[in-house]
Amino acid sequence: MKSKRFQTLAERPVNKDGFVAEWPEVGLIAIGSPNDPKPSIKIQNGKIVEMDGKLREDFDMIERFIADYAIDIEAAEKAMAMDSVEIARMLVDINIPREKVLEISKGLTPAKIVDVIDKMNILEIMMAMQKMRARKRPGNQCHVTNVRDNPVLIAADAAEGALRGFDEEETTVGITRYAPFNALALLIGAQTGRGGVLTQCALEEAFELTIGMRGLTSYAETISVYGTEQVFVDGDDTPWSKAFLASAYASRGLKMRFTSGTGSEVQMGYAEGKSMLYLEAKCVLITKAAGVQGLQNGSISCIGVPGAVPSGIRVVAGENLITMMLDLEVASGNDQTFSHSDIRRTARLMPQLLAGTDLIFSGYSAVPNYDNMFAGSNFDIEDVDDYLAVQRDLMVDGGLRPVTEEEVVAVRNKAAKALQAVFKKLGLPPITDEEVEAATLANGSRDMPARDVNEDLKAATEMMQRRITGLDVVRALAESGYTDVAQNVLNMLKQRIAGDYLHTSAVLDKAFKIDSAVNNPNDYKGPGTGYRLSPERWQEIKDIPQALKPESFNTEEGA
Amino acid sequence: MMTSEALVEEVVNEVLKRLQGKTQVSPTPANAGKSVYIGFEEIGEAKAGIKQDEVVVGISPAFGIKFKENIVGIPLSEILREVLAGIAEEGLSPRLIRVKHTADVAFIAHTAAKLSGSGVGIGIQSRGTTVIHQKDLQPLNNLELFPQCPVLNLDTYREIGKNAARYAKGESPTPVPVQNDQMARPKFQAKAAVMHNFETSYVTPGAKPVELKVSFGRGGN
Repeated sequence: MKSKRFQTLAERPVNKDGFVAEWPEVGLIAIGSPNDPKPSIKIQNGKIVEMDGKLREDFDMIERFIADYAIDIEAAEKAMAMDSVEIARMLVDINIPREKVLEISKGLTPAKIVDVIDKMNILEIMMAMQKMRARKRPGNQCHVTNVRDNPVLIAADAAEGALRGFDEEETTVGITRYAPFNALALLIGAQTGRGGVLTQCALEEAFELTIGMRGLTSYAETISVYGTEQVFVDGDDTPWSKAFLASAYASRGLKMRFTSGTGSEVQMGYAEGKSMLYLEAKCVLITKAAGVQGLQNGSISCIGVPGAVPSGIRVVAGENLITMMLDLEVASGNDQTFSHSDIRRTARLMPQLLAGTDLIFSGYSAVPNYDNMFAGSNFDIEDVDDYLAVQRDLMVDGGLRPVTEEEVVAVRNKAAKALQAVFKKLGLPPITDEEVEAATLANGSRDMPARDVNEDLKAATEMMQRRITGLDVVRALAESGYTDVAQNVLNMLKQRIAGDYLHTSAVLDKAFKIDSAVNNPNDYKGPGTGYRLSPERWQEIKDIPQALKPESFNTEEGA
Repeated sequence: MMTSEALVEEVVNEVLKRLQGKTQVSPTPANAGKSVYIGFEEIGEAKAGIKQDEVVVGISPAFGIKFKENIVGIPLSEILREVLAGIAEEGLSPRLIRVKHTADVAFIAHTAAKLSGSGVGIGIQSRGTTVIHQKDLQPLNNLELFPQCPVLNLDTYREIGKNAARYAKGESPTPVPVQNDQMARPKFQAKAAVMHNFETSYVTPGAKPVELKVSFGRGGN
């Protein structure tokens, strides 16, 4: 007995996805585990002596860190006494400005924040995100990687990504020792595409900091925090060691944010039976406590876990909202393959895209997913015309702009050539004209000729030993005639001294002006307020090249 | 074909006969008629090696105990055999340990590397995730990382063994080609989480790694 209907359904992409039933005993549950504590707070002599049903002497290191440094004691007693439904209503009430909500949310414990989120449906979470996002203008970040770590291709893809409108670009490696080349190629490519794009290279923490201090990257976001002590300890870390690392970045004028996300603790086998959102609320509070300006969350690399359980994707939007409620920048996920189903992966994106976040994706794959070394993103470059159409259909700013083939080819070619020149000046393994040509026209690394990997790895190691810095890159660019790109890289280095881009939610525009929650705060209070598309920006979004233009019929060849 | 219980019992008896000791026997499931079974004998605390021609392979707490197959059903016995054979093929001696204090593959591999006379170690989890490590690197750094266990096949595991041996010989091998299946996450991540929660239930905090004697044999008929 075989139903043809069911056979057809079984073959649909959605049924290649993994779904699991809740397993609360180990924390495989999105929200509302029976093991989650009930909200409570007691303050004596200016110290929190009880939080979420636990006495101070029983706090683990995470709870102590949160109680001492995250929760605003002045606000806590009043905020904790409020009904969670009342706080949830404040979040969606257009008559209550963001600052008023922050007065309450900064005094909440992890269990209370989760209780507030649990009172909201997905649409209410989105309404709250629109108001609570720190910076007024939403933005976007992309991934630029390839499976062969080909630096010429990274430069070309970074330039195209910058042209397409991404505020930040992130790379990582297939082979760790390629890292200096990847960071260098991303820097040159991004600054060729559009001056002011921030770049990062996700690596082991000490090496990532070193590369940042050399001026080869301008920010970091892969500093992970977790919601249970055991997972922290497994990573050889504590909240204090992460806070120390954060201050190392800040002291060198490097922007940084932490990373966390629902599902990581249960993925690592130590969720202590707590729900994913309860543990994530602790991560957001750790970030606040460490004095870090922002957080990448939205499950991130664990999206397959909340994505497999009931209400998981609602909860992922909820964790983004918690980040905003604590006045932090949010880079809101959508950055990992989530589903075989185009319908599900689009639905997963909608809360962040429609409400708008500081960085809707963290990031969008600016390369085909087969080249994405973060194991693939929810959207890749082959989805970009769909994405641009959705922006235009719904009149929403997803951070990208339509581009023409001619301008893309030109900017890719310039970036590849600039990298070729820098490699030559710095005595790195040569980049051939054939490689420049291939990178100019490539879709992905399958279109690239092979490089001598061992020679590259040797030279990349030597590049670090020779202490090549961003300033050497500026010199090499300038001496090779790429003075505009040289100026852009130099301007990025100047940010280290100015430090303005360390403010919450800060990115740079093409004139290297800061756009942040400080000089452009979100002032949404209902229709007619907050972020609205400017006429220029709307014109840009409207103008997709493939749209038929009636005036084209007025030419001689017209109808 | 024999029923699974009968086969398991036969394999258990055969291995017990052969090993005559307090041996943890981990036969492969019944359907793996042609596959090898595997027996582990714990022979005391794993010591730091002094032989420069060895590579230490560390397996995770539940490897071969709770789990007999990786996340896509490849028998763990065959995975282990390929890794060990790859090391031997390069003329080096493999040494096997079980790491009990952590289920984190980076730390399993780093523990193996620290005990290895050559300074090179390999860590393998039950689900199949594998790392080649070197003792002087940071734990979360590595020589080569194979994070996407669903795409690793037996040939890859042999190459991993060979490359680890080459590093131990002081060579700079071309890294084993990194497979990249971007859809592995939506298909397998939740299963990986379920498996890992079983894996961590076998962790003994503070326990020292133990030296293992391993024996393979043909199972079933």
